[in-house]
Amino acid sequence: MTRRSTDKTVNADKESGLFGNRLRRKEALTGYLFILPALIGLIAFFAFPTIRAAQISLTNWNLMRPAHWIGFDNYGKLWADGKFWDSMQITLLYVIYNIPLQTALGLIIAVLADRLAKSVLFRAVIIAPYLISNVVAGLVWLLMLDPLIGLTNTFLTGIGIPPQSFLSSPDQALISVAGISIWRHVGFTALLFYAGLQSIPRDLYEAARLDGASESAMFRMITLPLLRPVMVFVLVTSVVGSFQVFDVIAVTTQGGPANSTRAVLWYIYENAFQFSRMGYASAMSMVLFVFLILVTLLQMRLLHADRSDLG
Amino acid sequence: MKNLTNYLLVSAAILAPTTVFAQDTVRYWMWDGQQAPVYQQCANDFEALNSDIHIEITQTGWDQYWTNLTTSFISGDAPDVFVNHLMRLPEFAANQMIEDLTPLLADASYDTSGYLPGLLENWSKDGAIYGLPKDWATVAVAYDRDKLKAAGLQPSDLADMNWNPEDGGSFQKIIAHLTVDTNGKRGDEEGFDPNSIATFGLVLNPLSPQGETEWAYLAASTGWRFIDEPWSTHYNFDDPRLAKTLTWIRDLARVHHLMPTVEQTGRLGAETLMFSDKGAMTVTGSWLVGLYHQSKPSVAFAPIPAGPQGRKTMFNGLADSIWTGSPVKDAAWKWVQYLGSDACQTTVAKAGVVFPAQQDQIETTVKAFEDKGVDVSAFTKVATEETTFAPPITDYGNEISSIVKAALESVMLGRENPEEILTDANEEINSLF
Repeated sequence: MTRRSTDKTVNADKESGLFGNRLRRKEALTGYLFILPALIGLIAFFAFPTIRAAQISLTNWNLMRPAHWIGFDNYGKLWADGKFWDSMQITLLYVIYNIPLQTALGLIIAVLADRLAKSVLFRAVIIAPYLISNVVAGLVWLLMLDPLIGLTNTFLTGIGIPPQSFLSSPDQALISVAGISIWRHVGFTALLFYAGLQSIPRDLYEAARLDGASESAMFRMITLPLLRPVMVFVLVTSVVGSFQVFDVIAVTTQGGPANSTRAVLWYIYENAFQFSRMGYASAMSMVLFVFLILVTLLQMRLLHADRSDLG
Repeated sequence: MKNLTNYLLVSAAILAPTTVFAQDTVRYWMWDGQQAPVYQQCANDFEALNSDIHIEITQTGWDQYWTNLTTSFISGDAPDVFVNHLMRLPEFAANQMIEDLTPLLADASYDTSGYLPGLLENWSKDGAIYGLPKDWATVAVAYDRDKLKAAGLQPSDLADMNWNPEDGGSFQKIIAHLTVDTNGKRGDEEGFDPNSIATFGLVLNPLSPQGETEWAYLAASTGWRFIDEPWSTHYNFDDPRLAKTLTWIRDLARVHHLMPTVEQTGRLGAETLMFSDKGAMTVTGSWLVGLYHQSKPSVAFAPIPAGPQGRKTMFNGLADSIWTGSPVKDAAWKWVQYLGSDACQTTVAKAGVVFPAQQDQIETTVKAFEDKGVDVSAFTKVATEETTFAPPITDYGNEISSIVKAALESVMLGRENPEEILTDANEEINSLF
């Protein structure tokens, strides 16, 4: 009897297990179906090209003739190519010009929007530049920053500041490119922070206020720590994005003047599509790829991306 | 029997469109927007004569043109025929992307004697011909008639300008006189304020690597040449005559303030400055005459100044090349022949946008420009063997451009010393070969 009942239980367990497995499998299938479009995109537009680039980087392919295997020659050449390291340095400088200011401005705008102006119109205006393509933003600013006929210098001279060269001076070009990029991206950064601010429980501020905390203390002790997940997202994506600056440079300076804005992606583009050195350009892309993975891992580690201060 | 008739009728109906309308489509690419409508006219005329061929013209801007072309070679989707530039000829020829037209020309007994001297030779290497010349270009001074009049000068004052790298000759004097500060003082007057210029006497963007309309005509007038012979593997950027010429241009901007500095010129170029009344004179190519006529009708043209060795202009010319991978080569060759024919060249000449490659079309073109009220004699006057030099045709065109541009930027930004900068660039260039 006991035996039989045990058998029954086992059978019941088996049945429910089977049912459970089927359910789980069905759920898993649904899950896979949901991520399938993204997965296809990831494989077709990221994984495959990355593998292909790695393969091309070991050849001397010039786009027109069949590729020949040359092993790691391109990497050896790259190591000794001063222009490549210069371009990495310029890119790093660009990231330094770009990220802190963009993040700080984005945060200030978000906090102001959260505390003072709740209007949808304000948020729409803030995000407007992000809705313009980089190329259009570049073209508009190219005209606005033109030293002789641009609006910016007309304004500056109007208030007694001497006209500036902006994109055509080697000292100001990279800063100007960074400025254009900040103008375009700061709204989006602000919007991300704004969304993050909405997830911070309001009672924390109320409690702090009761304890007599000032606005700046609340910002430091509550807002900033609880915004960390958003901060990680903003920093990781904007740092990686900044290292890949290309379109604004292509439209405004094309790496000049005197190579002062020859960022690494522009140098890769020049080699690939202007000098037809696809193998060498791919090798540089692979080095940049590995470098960016390391930068991202380091950022995640330093910012404790896996931990939240809430709760 | 009825069934059979029906069957035949149906078969005929199915076959009819394919037999009657079977057409080869020849895809033709070009970058010049001004010329596209003219060549569309040629295409229409060609199609009327060849109902089995359809010409599909695609025009894209210069910047995208070459990238699109190179990538289309890989994707196997390149145009059957395309307008080609001498700067890209070596690379395309070496990689066998463009057809050698020699056997086709021989088969068709094509008469090439009508081209202006030098044009066909530019497109030839080791007995192979890689493009059929379609036009030619020289350079001239473009000046604003109103500003000239305001300065009390006559067009005849610009007809015989001279230049030297030491003091700039009469060219520099005229540039100075045409420069006006915001107080109305001219560049050669007492009290001229170099820090507040309303109109510059000359506007140039001297950073162009081939310097066709910027510096090459001046440097060449001192006897300097890019290379000593076509397809050379040695450049002459280290020649002191070039350094002197570029130094004169630099100082015109940085010392005399008669021309905007490269920082002031920005990326918009000389045309924009002329259109926006910031410049009284510039140097331009014959391919831009139409643009000036359209956008700034007050602009007229004068011959380039004569240097120590006389007037020298780059004699450039485009050609039509056939892609080696074209699936419709016969039709493509027919189209290329038509482009070079009297019929199409006359259409181009009458449109007055560019000078066709055939010598006997010069008169028609000049007349077409005259009808529009434009005197182009400044361009035709220098289209002689004595007053022209060939553009540099060598391998590594794009790499060289990139190196030269950076060197020119350094020179024009006032960095020391021009001769050293150019010598370093020259070493880098010559080490490519």
